[in-house]
Amino acid sequence: MPEITYREAIRDAMVTEMRSDNSVFLIGEDIGAYGGAFGVSAGMLDEFGPERVLETPISELAIVGAATGAAMVGMKPIAEMMFMDFILLALEPLINQAAKARYMFGGKATVPMVVRMTGGSGTGAAAQHSQSLESMLMAVPGIKVVAPSDAYDAKGLLISAIRDPNPVCFVEHKLLYKTKGEVPEGEYSIPLGVAEVKREGTDLTVVASGIMVSKSLAVAEKLAAEGISVEVIDPRTLRPLDTATINESVKKTGKLLVVHEATKTGGWAGEVMASVCESDAFDYLDAPMRRLAGKDCPIPYNRHLEAAAIPQEDDIEAEIRAIVNNTY
Amino acid sequence: MVDWKKEEYDNFQTIDARQKGEELGLSDERMIEMYRIMLRIRLFEEMADKLYALGKVHGTMHLSAGQEGVAVGAGFAINRNDYMLNHHRGHGHFIASGADLAKMMAEFLGKDTGYCRGRGGSMHIADVTANNLGANGIVGGSLQLAAGVGIAIKQRKTDQLVLTLFGDGAANEGIFHESLNMAGIWDLPIFYLCENNQYGMSANVNRVSAKTPFRARAAAYDIPYALVDGNDVLAMYEFSKKAVESIRSGNGPYFIEATTYRYFGHSKSDRNLYRTKDEIEYWKTVEDPIDRMEGLLLQADILDIDVVKQIHEETVKEIDEAVKFAEESPEPDIKDVKEWVYA
Repeated sequence: MPEITYREAIRDAMVTEMRSDNSVFLIGEDIGAYGGAFGVSAGMLDEFGPERVLETPISELAIVGAATGAAMVGMKPIAEMMFMDFILLALEPLINQAAKARYMFGGKATVPMVVRMTGGSGTGAAAQHSQSLESMLMAVPGIKVVAPSDAYDAKGLLISAIRDPNPVCFVEHKLLYKTKGEVPEGEYSIPLGVAEVKREGTDLTVVASGIMVSKSLAVAEKLAAEGISVEVIDPRTLRPLDTATINESVKKTGKLLVVHEATKTGGWAGEVMASVCESDAFDYLDAPMRRLAGKDCPIPYNRHLEAAAIPQEDDIEAEIRAIVNNTY
Repeated sequence: MVDWKKEEYDNFQTIDARQKGEELGLSDERMIEMYRIMLRIRLFEEMADKLYALGKVHGTMHLSAGQEGVAVGAGFAINRNDYMLNHHRGHGHFIASGADLAKMMAEFLGKDTGYCRGRGGSMHIADVTANNLGANGIVGGSLQLAAGVGIAIKQRKTDQLVLTLFGDGAANEGIFHESLNMAGIWDLPIFYLCENNQYGMSANVNRVSAKTPFRARAAAYDIPYALVDGNDVLAMYEFSKKAVESIRSGNGPYFIEATTYRYFGHSKSDRNLYRTKDEIEYWKTVEDPIDRMEGLLLQADILDIDVVKQIHEETVKEIDEAVKFAEESPEPDIKDVKEWVYA
């Protein structure tokens, strides 16, 4: 299988769907000749032309609004938010229009659109270009939230998201764009709402998403040498959340750590823990469930402060040791 | 009240219905139909108001009585396969586009037989299968979606357009500018129809808009514009037709600002503290779109009093039937409360 980057995998998914379905188009800022702020759509203008790689003015509200309108009449738009932070300018069409049209109109409307957005910190872009807002988005009924952690998942999940008849927020982590993985050519899809056990283990379950998956896997590898067996689960889709896979794992390991970059208060770790509490997995817990999340502050500019604001491998390792050794 | 003068209007006031009808290619029957639909809207809304007073309508509603000339003038100028994006005061536009009164009334009463199976209510009536993309509870909601519908039409290369209705209040939302700019740069087939009823809730349009009428705002985005007396239904039709022809010729968007007036308050909580009785009375007695059309049709011998009476009776009857259907319809099943969140 060829090895390509996460960035190329996302492009591959869009190109695959645009070749096979004329109703799919890309709309966003600087996605044409520039190729998108992160180069995701590089070359697509040449293949599909300016009608289907529709470069917009800087009008996030109108971009997501237009995607919603087009989807309501049967197109399958992919809107790109250059930075996830900018979706805040467009929450109105996303939450008040796209998420509600089907319900509000008695099941008659469908809104098959994808809003791709680049989230996460680590580039020194500071507070307004580094946020992880997925917890906030997944609180809204009517939209789905997907956050791939590697190239293979990115392509398969994006193909599913484009084909899905609902509005899907597709969260791409900017530090993952350059990471490589084996990705099949041609089309394949990964169903939304299905978690993946990225590494099997027996002593503790880590649920992590986005960039935190590779960090957790690295820690799991290190701890395995000491005989601590960590299971790592990537929900891949945050809404709908595959609680069954998580609960089954907790029943096996009896311990849970949730790791995410999104800020702690109101973060989706709480949702994962609540689902364990509400299920029979609760009976299997033999330690308090813990979470490691972005600190409750904006992302700072300074390199060291920025790193300190979100979970790092050392933090994950320390937390796992604390849970396993009862020293939290 | 609006402070722009008659000479600022792009239309000439209709004084001879027969002559105007000939100019516009409107048969007598068609003009009578315009009158009938305006009356249907008025009586339908008066009935809705009555049902609300009786406690039969659960939520609020935004009545458009007084604005029927805009709904019918524009509604008759577009095709049934054109798209429509509506604002929150949208009953008239739906009725003008051929909506089923029974399904509308059932929706007001929250019944399972309503257009939205009781999930939307007055503010969210839609019939997506009929290209009726919904009333909208968010001021400027129609403007958010318009460019996307325009893009879809362009990509599919059909000769459709999207009638995008919004009020004077929405013209001060940011999306107004984003939408007009997008439509301007891509020549999207959007018929922007600003229904200027002079008040955004209680805010007079002149108090909250730096410059009125909005002619300069359309010009800013290189979009052709006309200021039209919205209570002159034949003038509304004439200019809507111009707009539609221009859009279908591939010239991109068109903007009509139609001056009109709402008789009821903004919503059901409104006690009309921000306008005078005299002002309301002036519009009801001098400018009423239905009375004006009735006068024109009587004067031109297109209608006579007996036919007017007959149309009234038929309209009352169809509305009574709609109410009967709505009242006899079942409520939605509580177990379906989470149905249709996702497709």
